[in-house]
Amino acid sequence: MHDKIEDIEIRLLLEALFLKYHYDFRKYAAASVKRRLRQAKEAMGFETFSAMQEALLHDASMLPRLLGYLTVQVSEMFRDPSYFRAIREKVVPHLRTYPSLRLWVAGCSEGEELYSLVILFREEGLEDRTLFYATDINQDALARAEAGVFDLERIQHFTENHRQSGGHSSLSSYYSAAYGRASFDKTLRKQVVFADHSLVTDAVFAEMHLISCRNVLIYFDRELQDRAIGLFKDSLARKGFLGLGAKENLRFSGHAGAFLDFVREEKIYQRRTE
Amino acid sequence: MSAPGAIVIGASAGALEALSVLLPALPASFASPVFVVVHLPPDRKSILAEIFQAKCRIPVHEAEDKEPIMAGTIYFAPPNYHLLIETENSLALSSDEPVRYSRPSIDVLFESAADTYGPALTAIVLTGANPDGADGLRRIGLAGGTVLVQDPTEAMAPEMPLAALAACPTAQVLPLAGIASFLLGV
Repeated sequence: MHDKIEDIEIRLLLEALFLKYHYDFRKYAAASVKRRLRQAKEAMGFETFSAMQEALLHDASMLPRLLGYLTVQVSEMFRDPSYFRAIREKVVPHLRTYPSLRLWVAGCSEGEELYSLVILFREEGLEDRTLFYATDINQDALARAEAGVFDLERIQHFTENHRQSGGHSSLSSYYSAAYGRASFDKTLRKQVVFADHSLVTDAVFAEMHLISCRNVLIYFDRELQDRAIGLFKDSLARKGFLGLGAKENLRFSGHAGAFLDFVREEKIYQRRTE
Repeated sequence: MSAPGAIVIGASAGALEALSVLLPALPASFASPVFVVVHLPPDRKSILAEIFQAKCRIPVHEAEDKEPIMAGTIYFAPPNYHLLIETENSLALSSDEPVRYSRPSIDVLFESAADTYGPALTAIVLTGANPDGADGLRRIGLAGGTVLVQDPTEAMAPEMPLAALAACPTAQVLPLAGIASFLLGV
């Protein structure tokens, strides 16, 4: 019955995190949360989750470290190049018809997906009429996204992804390299608003034409996924677009009927007109 | 209520040949879900599900996030995602960092399956050229699950079964034919 005790302890820890700090992971996918918390417990040197919970309640300095384990996602620029190719070739022609655009990268983590989309929009001549919202619940990740600095060793892979996505500029024209780091050009951020926003507890904040939220919903349980998808539905303009990760889908969502498959194999959906 | 049983399988180099012996042997009446992690290149679509759907008598899926778990169905982890068992009724994917350079990772699947199924789980480590799966197999053994390892002398790449045996010495060593007959008795 040891495992069952651990499950109880994890529930109590997540409850403590919510009651004391208002970060709500109670409806996150349990298997991933358990894995991440086990890593945090070991790295922080706690014997049990109960001990971790006590420390968390009495020592606020533990919070950022724990959130680091629970939220930080390492992605890549132009991850799944065929997704970005579909945005470029199938979605952009529709977006061109709007005089001004709003795009939301929900759960932007350290900014890889955001920079990919800003570069794509610049290449397609849409950047200047677009406001990009990049949101996350992790302040450290948001700060890193805003800094736009990536390890140089990752850039070769990003460059190959960008090329495969149909990019018709050179990725190297968007960053300067020094000391093993690639710093992305600050002009890529001139149209970007970085903001703390939770898909779990926060509400609609603007009307969007494209929402890109890749590999974020997989960390939620079905009920929470449904809340987030409802939030996307309510945020999207009529005929606006929603892009999910390659293995995410709306099939199990109560809001599925509000969307059409737009590019089925890339998990790009379009909001129906009602 | 105790969890209904499930099978987890991990394989790397030589996986296609080994799985081609095991999976088509499962009868149409096979009652347990089967979860399989094969190490795959991260940037290409996998055709494993299609290949095995053509060979098997039970349904074969590439796993989608939060897909319901059906009895008598084979689920392959998709490239570039970890496959986890969320509950007895639902699986989940994650794009957490690779474990021992692998995503999907056999250890990640095995650990979550041990948590969910405990003693009702049967785990199999097949041929492979790296030690992924060894830690997971040990956890499954500790949780009371049944642990099987392909005979390293028969495996195309013996490192993975050898590492699994080193981490979990109580595992039964069987040739593929023996593992196939074992599964028919589950």
